[in-house]
Amino acid sequence: MTAAATPPVLTVRNAQKRFGAVHALKNVSLEAYRGEVLALLGDNGAGKSTLVKCISGVHALDEGEILLDGEAAPVHSPAAARRAGIETVYQDLALFDNLTPAENFYCGREIAWPRWLPRGLRFLDRRAMNRDTAAVLERLRVKLPKLDAPVALMSGGQRQAIAVARATVFARKLVILDEPTAALGLRESRKVLDLIVQLRAEGNAVIVITHNMEQVVELADRAVVLRQGRKVGELRPSRASQQELVSMIVGAEG
Amino acid sequence: MANQSDVATAAPEGDRARGGGSAVSLALRLLGVGPLLILIALAVAISLLTPNFLKPANLSNILAQSAVIAVVAIGQHLVILTRGIDLSVGANLALATVMGGLMFRVTDSPTLVILAMLAAGTVVGAVNGLFYVFGRLPHPFIITLATLSICKGLALELSIGHTTMRGMPDAITFIGGASSFGFPNSFFVVFGVATIVLVLTKTMVWGRWIYAVGGDPESARELGIPVKGVLLSTYMISGLCAGIGAVVLSGRTGASSPLYGNLLELDTIAAVIIGGASFLGGRGNLGHALIGALMIGVIRNALNLMNVNVFFQMIAIGVIIVAAVEADVLRNYLEKRARTIQAAKTQ
Ligand SMILES: Nc1ncnc2c1ncn2[C@@H]1O[C@H](COP(=O)(O)OP(=O)(O)OP(=O)(O)O)[C@@H](O)[C@H]1O
Ligand SMILES: [Mg+2]
Repeated sequence: MTAAATPPVLTVRNAQKRFGAVHALKNVSLEAYRGEVLALLGDNGAGKSTLVKCISGVHALDEGEILLDGEAAPVHSPAAARRAGIETVYQDLALFDNLTPAENFYCGREIAWPRWLPRGLRFLDRRAMNRDTAAVLERLRVKLPKLDAPVALMSGGQRQAIAVARATVFARKLVILDEPTAALGLRESRKVLDLIVQLRAEGNAVIVITHNMEQVVELADRAVVLRQGRKVGELRPSRASQQELVSMIVGAEG
Repeated sequence: MANQSDVATAAPEGDRARGGGSAVSLALRLLGVGPLLILIALAVAISLLTPNFLKPANLSNILAQSAVIAVVAIGQHLVILTRGIDLSVGANLALATVMGGLMFRVTDSPTLVILAMLAAGTVVGAVNGLFYVFGRLPHPFIITLATLSICKGLALELSIGHTTMRGMPDAITFIGGASSFGFPNSFFVVFGVATIVLVLTKTMVWGRWIYAVGGDPESARELGIPVKGVLLSTYMISGLCAGIGAVVLSGRTGASSPLYGNLLELDTIAAVIIGGASFLGGRGNLGHALIGALMIGVIRNALNLMNVNVFFQMIAIGVIIVAAVEADVLRNYLEKRARTIQAAKTQ
């Protein structure tokens, strides 16, 4: 994918984040482009999830700025970030075991009426939500045993697929996936990777966090490496550069 | 969540898992209707032991006696759905009846007396919610335990040494004490409140949020649900339900008392848990909670008819609570099985 000619969808400039004594992000800058998968790499505790949570409105940056299509991104809350077109699949999936796939899809942005009422007091349009969910799962070729069963009854791969599919539906600019295959077997990982390819094909900017170098080489158009909160490198992953990436991550490069 | 090893181990036993799939889902479905089955079994067993049990007058009596637990359990149910607990409901109810009694000394207006009780209940609920949510308390156990004590003390103080204050407006004794169409009026109160709460939780966005917050508060926040507002609202409704319980109880007795509602927190929690709600939050069914309340009423009534003493009643209810919680554990186990089976099927 060549994306460098177009302006970036997401720009992070000089991001700083501290949690008390922990300096989780030190002056990190990066860009993400449409139709491109960006791998965000780094060892445990490098600050990957923290960076992602700042972009998606869970944490606020201490310093630095986040731009969406060149303008200050309204990411003061997760809801605002979602409204701005940033979808995130968190490491813990943020799925509700007790809810059905459709209820999970629309959690926090239910289709409901009438519009003049405050959001919480509107009536759910279940039929529309079920219908749209079924259509999306169909389009992404995600097979689920039952659409009206709580996701507690579904396998790890099915749950991950639901979380990714949810992001797919609502993403308008950027999809972020935090270790989307960490808990999955080979076959179920495959399905999720296919979904990511599809997201990219649909013109989203995709940021993927993963520890799996095979996946990085196969999937990512660009890789950014964090170490101890600092950005230590950026390159185009390939078989040839795989070793270089690993040494950047663990901090053994020249 | 099924992890890598689940998927791997599921493969060799794939066929067995597929065969077990229907058994697991049947067992899960049975657990789903469990409370109703137990209630029916209980009623059949008791009617064989004491023929008086099934007499219309006695059944009506059971409904009336269960009404207070039921209406307060509706609020408790919402709180437990969000992983919370409201220990203050009994003392809150006592304080509300006292406020109603005091109001009755000033005015004969049943509307004002009822409003006093409902307002008292709701204010206490709001205090619980505000301190829990904005006071950043680790668990609602603490604040509601504190308001239990405060309400009890206030109720005793305000009733200045009277253990009961006699007298309630006719309209209130009608609500709490009279019957219509063969049913106690309090039954209609429970029915009405339950219907409203059912509509709120099943058809409105707010209800969906309650289940989401109970299922996973952190994710709910990440998805932009106003978690604090949702929590606050459930404690306020629980308080309001305690106020409604106060109207029903003082209507039935024609009096108010700081001693009312003793151990009501335990009865309502028991009702909700017997009804199959999970302390882990996000699961529960209002109808089942009401069945739970009815079950407590039935047990009390039966043991009364059989002249079994009150200590044994408490023990019987305790045993049923343990059984209900074990059923929840069993359900979690079965769901885990179901997940493994799913993973096997995707092979
Ligand atoms: N909410 C928080 N409060 C305090 N410290 C935090 C918080 N979140 C993250 N940290 C700290 O910030 C640092 C970066 O954590 P982060 O979760 O971003 O790492 P990561 O790169 O995602 O690691 P992993 O690969 O293990 O997921 C760690 O030292 C972590 O302990
Ligand atoms: Mg992480």
